[in-house]
Amino acid sequence: MTDAALAPPAAAPRGLFGWTRTRLIRMGVTGRWVVILPPALWMTVFFLIPLAVVFKISFSEAVVAKPPYLPLLTFSDDGSVQLTLHLSNYLFLFQDSLYIAAYLSSLKIAFISTIFALLVGYPIAYFIARSSDRWRNILLMLVILPFWSSFLLRVYAWIGFLKNNGVINNFLGLFGIPQVTMLYTDFAVYLGIVYTYLPFMILPLYTNLVKLDGSLLEASADLGARPFRTFLSVTLPLSLPGIVAGSMLVFIPAIGEYVIPTLLGSPNTLMIGRVLWDEFFANRDWPLAASVAIAMLIVVVVPLMLMQRAQNAVVEGE
Amino acid sequence: MRRGWFVPTIAILGFVFLYAPIVSLVVFSFNESKLVTVWGGFSTKWYGELFADPQILNAGLLSLQVAAISACIALVTGTLCAVALTRFRRFRGKTLLAGLVSAPLVMPDVITGLSLLLLFVSMEALFGWPAGRGELTIILAHSTFCMAYVTVVVRSRLSELDLSLEEAAMDLGATPARVFFDITLPIIAPALVSGWLLSFTLSLDDLVIASFVSGPGSSTLPIVIFSKIKLGVSPDVNALASVIIGIVALGVVVATILQLRRPKERRA
Repeated sequence: MTDAALAPPAAAPRGLFGWTRTRLIRMGVTGRWVVILPPALWMTVFFLIPLAVVFKISFSEAVVAKPPYLPLLTFSDDGSVQLTLHLSNYLFLFQDSLYIAAYLSSLKIAFISTIFALLVGYPIAYFIARSSDRWRNILLMLVILPFWSSFLLRVYAWIGFLKNNGVINNFLGLFGIPQVTMLYTDFAVYLGIVYTYLPFMILPLYTNLVKLDGSLLEASADLGARPFRTFLSVTLPLSLPGIVAGSMLVFIPAIGEYVIPTLLGSPNTLMIGRVLWDEFFANRDWPLAASVAIAMLIVVVVPLMLMQRAQNAVVEGE
Repeated sequence: MRRGWFVPTIAILGFVFLYAPIVSLVVFSFNESKLVTVWGGFSTKWYGELFADPQILNAGLLSLQVAAISACIALVTGTLCAVALTRFRRFRGKTLLAGLVSAPLVMPDVITGLSLLLLFVSMEALFGWPAGRGELTIILAHSTFCMAYVTVVVRSRLSELDLSLEEAAMDLGATPARVFFDITLPIIAPALVSGWLLSFTLSLDDLVIASFVSGPGSSTLPIVIFSKIKLGVSPDVNALASVIIGIVALGVVVATILQLRRPKERRA
């Protein structure tokens, strides 16, 4: 649709509607703004401004009141305006070792889970990509199917599996193996993240691997390379964009995860999403929760920018 | 290409990993015993209890309502956004809009939830709207992140679409709106359906954002389930999970069969 196509027709329509339309066009409001404005306004009001509000409240002081924070701007009787910015929330993030530890621990948990999701997801994606056309659709459906059912209930399923008298321990008990504590440990958190985010790892990998030119593999085999060697020097490098995309889709949301550490982790499993939640709901310290959120945004944005750069590098390399 | 045994074995183990917990969830929903993972005989009593629990039923109804309305709002705004980003060459703030609409996809839920709650609280203090928090605020919040998903789905469909049909219609004198409703919309209809379904599912599934922006008396289904399972396993949650999994499985199987059939019909 070109601009010319969207320009008003020459003959001015009559009536109130036509009059409004002419006025709007004269003000520079053409048909396309009817398309652009609703989503633009919606995103501004419900996404951009909320982030600005979080930023603003992160500089205010917590009080026991409703709402539980003090305004930044205060108007005195003599007409002067006073702006009070409290940096104390941010300073507190550095002073109390809990927050730094929680950020680092979130990054660690997200990183290890991503590695395991890659190790589990890659063979599955490879297998699907190498299957016959008929099987491919069925297998893909099987990967996506759990994604459509409830996330919460999939995490819940693991509680029944991992708990002390749960399915796995009952099974091991048949062979006389003593009970292993698995639920409420960091191990359970890794497992939960790998399990729930696995489709996000498999799908980009599959999309990449299915495009892989089979003749390259044949050429490598003809030249005497063993399957494993072919995999290392042909398949793996070519699937790098898929690996990066899948890993980011697991890593980024895993950093802010709240549900999995709360349901499967121990009370000591530190994750920043959980800290924010407790700061907000248990301690009712809204300004501190806001500053945790801003710091978390920075932690999330940096890996995203790295991914963007990696992607650009791949595109330029092609 | 020769097939080894290694990859298929790992892949099959992977599928077992994906499905074993779900299967056990469903199996134990028919368990007589209150100890969820110890078998005490076949019974459907937990299903009876599930459908007699007003708290779960009300929450389920609220969740369905929120999901349906949010998905519709997201469908309209998301489609408009996708059209603006793919069909309009340049306008002020295009890059900003593109960035804004994809940001919710990577934004951690806790931040989205917190920021929207703080917005609603500030708005109420300034304009008195929205008064309190409840269904309306949950719908506004869900529409926002669902819109991002609709935009992605519709945008990718629009960008691979053959432009010549739209151009032909415009050459024949159709207005842009007419072109959109008569030509573009019917072609992208499947993308709209998947965008709506995706939004519906995501809204139905959301716990974190809804926890922030819901008020007393407006607990969605995930909020109720979460408060139940924080205390450990309970058989009626297994029954509820089985019902949800059953509906989803049926829906996905039907959709897949329809999709597999379509290309054949076209060829015939």
